[in-house]
Amino acid sequence: MVLHPDSSTSADTGQASGRFDVEAMREQFPILTVRPYGKPLAYLDSAATSQKPQAVIDAMSPFFSRDNANVHRGVHYLSERATEAYEGARVKAQGFLNASEVEEIVFTSGTTGAINLVAETYGAAHLGEGDEVLITEMEHHSNIVPWQMLCERTGAQLRVAPISDTGELLVDELKALIGERTKLVAITHVSNVLGTVNPIREVTEIAHAAGARVLVDGAQAAPHLPIDVQALGCDFYALSGHKMYGPTGIGVLYGRRELLEEMPPYQGGGDMILSVSFEKTVYNNAPYKFEAGTPNLVGVVGLGVAIDFLTGLDREALAAHEHDLLAYGTEALLLVPGLRLVGTAPAKQSILSFVLDGVHPHDIGTILDREGVAIRTGHHCAQPLLSRLGLSATARASLACYSTRAEIDALVAGLETVQEAFG
Amino acid sequence: MSNDLGDLYQQVIIDHGRHPQNFHRLGDATRTVEGVNPLCGDLLTVYVKLLDDRIDDIAFEGAGCAISMASASLMTTALKGKRCEEALALFGFVHAMLTETPSDELPSAELGKLAVLSGVSAFPMRVKCATLAWHALRSALEGKNELVSSE
Ligand SMILES: Cc1ncc(COP(=O)(O)O)c(C=O)c1O
Repeated sequence: MVLHPDSSTSADTGQASGRFDVEAMREQFPILTVRPYGKPLAYLDSAATSQKPQAVIDAMSPFFSRDNANVHRGVHYLSERATEAYEGARVKAQGFLNASEVEEIVFTSGTTGAINLVAETYGAAHLGEGDEVLITEMEHHSNIVPWQMLCERTGAQLRVAPISDTGELLVDELKALIGERTKLVAITHVSNVLGTVNPIREVTEIAHAAGARVLVDGAQAAPHLPIDVQALGCDFYALSGHKMYGPTGIGVLYGRRELLEEMPPYQGGGDMILSVSFEKTVYNNAPYKFEAGTPNLVGVVGLGVAIDFLTGLDREALAAHEHDLLAYGTEALLLVPGLRLVGTAPAKQSILSFVLDGVHPHDIGTILDREGVAIRTGHHCAQPLLSRLGLSATARASLACYSTRAEIDALVAGLETVQEAFG
Repeated sequence: MSNDLGDLYQQVIIDHGRHPQNFHRLGDATRTVEGVNPLCGDLLTVYVKLLDDRIDDIAFEGAGCAISMASASLMTTALKGKRCEEALALFGFVHAMLTETPSDELPSAELGKLAVLSGVSAFPMRVKCATLAWHALRSALEGKNELVSSE
């Protein structure tokens, strides 16, 4: 497990510097007071989607009551306000990722949207027969299937870098798989099943030395780790708003300026053009040429507030809190008879996947649910990874800034109920 | 454990889930269909040996939760020797039992042991687990050799 200290200063979010007040944090998340079946809620499914702080909830409705108009196309007062809000969020996303230029930030529908965008534009332009895309065994379906589809269209090959049984990327093997034909390496920053934090900087250096570009799936990293795309050295970085305390339906693709500029556009439509005639259309510049049509305005506004929320936290204290919970949860689960943790890499973040002797994860999930404990069960959209591990499903508890030791205790108590039922 | 859960995880279900009946390949099967639940990735293979219009033998293989394994196991024990038509009618009753609020209209005599699955109706998210094997069976009886989904 690693701590990721951050130099950013903490704004006033009710969090005293250095100490993490989880109760004050929980008060910002109204949904946490819901009582499923009359039991206190232990929401341990934040890796599927995080809950939303009041600030994010409160930002979306006023946008409709005060600022709503279409962006980039009206000359009137409201359109200007809406455009300001929209472009303001782009600047926030730039800061969040430490991109060097604001034009490097493309709004998408989410991580899936961002990866498909790169596959269909950069991929289609740069990959051909005999070229290779390298992924890893621990990828989410959304960082596998778009590349398979691309390979089908272009005749390129998909290669897969292996992991160890504990869920660590085998960097030497990855290195051996990168060659002249490798055009792109697509890798997750944090695994949604194992919690493994991958050594992105190292991978980027290896890939760049061989002339390959690197796309990082940041869906699970964004809510936990400070992200600096310049320090990571990656060429593309994808994230989802809904996993980092923001709304659904919105995400970000970071792309290096020079790559975005030379990439063909994605979808055709309004906003992505400079001029259109029936004979010829001149495309707009990045990022607009990738944002055809009226965008998810209120989603972008909500994402901006979620970024404010995250960057306003004392990131060092947050990292310490999440690290403490992961250590506490690991220890508590290991004491459950017949339980095996899936994913025990030394560099790990906020995910506790496990299997229990003689009980299928779905049955665990149903019984825990009636105890108020929400976890995810199944293949977590990573079927090839589960096959690699010789499993078809796991139970997964995942942690967030509002998670507590008491919730982990509820999980462990719930597992006792499971074992009684299956005694 | 709550009452609902007790109804869902009756001992019979846990026993069938753990030690399923007719859990093997059927070498002389005339129809073989795989059923997948895309939600969880559970995969069952149902083997049917038809003689004239009758299920002469039936078996299954695969991995899944207690509900899907027990349902498949109970299905095979209930259907051996049945005519295709009867088997499909039984699926209709099972489906109704799983998806509708309890009623007296269900023919408990015909459902027999399958009635232990009635607790599933309180867990809408789990209905697909219980119907997975049956969907595969229906497909097999309709003469298809393919992958079916519980969706
Ligand atoms: C590692 C990882 N990548 C990609 C995704 C896809 O994100 P979204 O569904 O928001 O596009 C997820 C979400 O489940 C994920 O965990």
